[in-house]
Amino acid sequence: MKEILEGSHAVAEATRLCRPEVIAAYPITPQTHIVEALAQMVADCRLQSEYICVESEFSALSACLGASAAGSRTYSATTSQGLALMFEVCFNAAGMRLPIVMTIANRALSAPLSIWNDQQDSIALRDSGWIQFYAEDNQEALDLHILAYRVCEDHDILLPAFVCFDGFILTHTYEPVDIPSEEEVDAYLPAFKPYQRLDAEDPISFGMYATPDYYLEFRYENQRAMLRAKEAIRKYGTLFGEQFGRDYSGLIEGYKMDDAEVAIIAMGSICGTVKDAIDEMRADGKKVGLLKIRCYRPFPDDEIAAALSHIRIVAVLDKNVSLGSKGAVALEVKDALYGSSIDVYGYILGLGGRDIRKKDIKAIVDLAEKGSGDMFYGLREELL
Amino acid sequence: MPLNIGCTARPGKGRDNKTGSWRVFYPIFEKEKCTGCGICTLICPEGCIEEKGEKDYVPDLEYCKGCGLCAEECPGEAITMEKEEK
Amino acid sequence: MVDKTIEHFECGHRACGGCGAATAVRMILKGAGENVIVVSPTGCLEVFSTPYPETAWKVPWIHSLFENASAVASGVEASLKRQGRKEKVVIIGGDGATVDIGMLCLSGAFERNHDITYICYDNEAYMNTGIQRSGATPFDASTTTSPAGTCSMGNKHQKKDVPAILAAHGAPYVATATMSYPTDLMKKVETAVNTPGACYIQVHAPCCTGWGFEGSKTMEVGKLAVETGLWVNYEMIDSVVKKVKKVKRKPVDEYLSVQKRFRHLFKPKRNEEEIAKIQAIADRNAEKFGIDL
Repeated sequence: MKEILEGSHAVAEATRLCRPEVIAAYPITPQTHIVEALAQMVADCRLQSEYICVESEFSALSACLGASAAGSRTYSATTSQGLALMFEVCFNAAGMRLPIVMTIANRALSAPLSIWNDQQDSIALRDSGWIQFYAEDNQEALDLHILAYRVCEDHDILLPAFVCFDGFILTHTYEPVDIPSEEEVDAYLPAFKPYQRLDAEDPISFGMYATPDYYLEFRYENQRAMLRAKEAIRKYGTLFGEQFGRDYSGLIEGYKMDDAEVAIIAMGSICGTVKDAIDEMRADGKKVGLLKIRCYRPFPDDEIAAALSHIRIVAVLDKNVSLGSKGAVALEVKDALYGSSIDVYGYILGLGGRDIRKKDIKAIVDLAEKGSGDMFYGLREELL
Repeated sequence: MPLNIGCTARPGKGRDNKTGSWRVFYPIFEKEKCTGCGICTLICPEGCIEEKGEKDYVPDLEYCKGCGLCAEECPGEAITMEKEEK
Repeated sequence: MVDKTIEHFECGHRACGGCGAATAVRMILKGAGENVIVVSPTGCLEVFSTPYPETAWKVPWIHSLFENASAVASGVEASLKRQGRKEKVVIIGGDGATVDIGMLCLSGAFERNHDITYICYDNEAYMNTGIQRSGATPFDASTTTSPAGTCSMGNKHQKKDVPAILAAHGAPYVATATMSYPTDLMKKVETAVNTPGACYIQVHAPCCTGWGFEGSKTMEVGKLAVETGLWVNYEMIDSVVKKVKKVKRKPVDEYLSVQKRFRHLFKPKRNEEEIAKIQAIADRNAEKFGIDL
């Protein structure tokens, strides 16, 4: 059923369709419309869920952790400061192999305080062991939640996942989305069957401590699960296409890449702007393509290397910066292309909600062609 | 043995750790003085004193740490602590 | 009726010999009965009971982090409710995790009145990390971060009154207990676990290693705390104090002098002024709760 919805409401619909038994929510701009919509659904009995108004984001994820361990499908949403507050629990939940799905309405991190979009928050947690999806538009934001639960709850995976979509740019923007029916989602996503749970009939101790004799192997197991997730995403992404008509088997997705000479790599809503810019550049005769990263963790290194094998120049757009080093995505792309002769240029842009126009994308392609990269793009020189 | 996913465990292996090796003193239970109150078995931090029968309490020396709480609290003074010979 | 034959905590755990917390936990689990799920924060109990792959727990048990046991328990309870399951959710955690770092989650869980029972074993310091001061450390106790010294008498602050805080949240049942009075403790646990809503029990659990006394004296030290009025055992039903353990009061010296953590009050010479301050605390407790026989 097609409706025009703001991103938050599309995500709320996706969540409703996935039937989480427990939702723990703490409000934070720009995620508030999601948790409010879910609360109204519960209040109207459209969603059968225990909705806990927790006292902080830290408690939100902790409550989800407890609910997941007790055997429930569970959900939360946050961003920026809230996600930062959950830092400890994120590592904990991934280590305990609990398949929690959480929406991240990407927002810049304080200080300075900013409520506007960039991707620093979720990228800062790239080490945590959570699978990370980035949505280009509201449809992807909706679909990726359903895909995420399917992937995470597979007993060979058992990892939590972030579904990231850009704050305000997507959360508060109206777009047409196709909302699947309950029957369609139930057919794709069966009821949650935990691998193990807290149960008086079969007592298990969860969250023990591991001495140096064991810890390394536990972390290795997490790494292996992450790498298996690539195949799981391909499998369930293909199934998604068969069920709903939109294929998600790719961890990356190319746009006009076949004959491209310059490739732009980006994640999230910026890809929409990039596609429009590419169309204009192509009309002017420039052979530019986009390689969209939809799944950032596990990082699609082999996939990126294969997709760029014919490319001369790569411009990586980073809506984040690893201070003291470079943009996180650019660094990992360079690693994926290690040994090749492709020129990779990183551009840090859009931080704190700074708008990115088609002309900026074109300017970046020009810079890349001139061999100028590894910079903050769009600095207001008069402020420096 | 492969790891349990998520660092979990079912009950049982805790007993592999024989804490009796810690002790310096061990308890001697005198059945004749026992009043059958059951306090020893209740207050032992290890829970290693078993009620084998009426007024017959036996400590499991594989786990007893020799703390002496049972001897201290026994109302019948039926338990004494002796030094382990090494 | 408490089933004293329940043994849900196995031998082989790594608590110190004579550990008050270990004994308390055995008693707590008897009082809680069958069909429980236990949530623990980081601390002595968690560490001495679950070094992978050995676990002392024969009931389902979960440990997440240091400060979030109440939030995790809230999630467990919500999940059980949604699944229509009847297991009781019991949190067993130390004073550090409860009184200090866990206050946020504790307050939230109690404000929402989840059907949980929070039992704090109070050994009055961060024992697992090496005897550092917590919000539950009593006045003038020497710990490694509030040590007695040339210009210090030890901990400068009063014990945080968590039972009162949680009673103020509207908790239907709040109690204090000591592992030295097992029957009382087990009965209170049974009551708390069977009272709907968020209930709290703070259990005094003397620590031979941290307080400085022989492991065999744990029960005796616990009794002295009550008999001197420095620890009061009581029950609050709907925020009103209903039952108090009355004692024939002993002077606080008898309790303080048997513990190394208060040794500085007696050596090199008796510090009358400080002991009088502690006696005043006991006297205030006596008056507030009416403990004198």
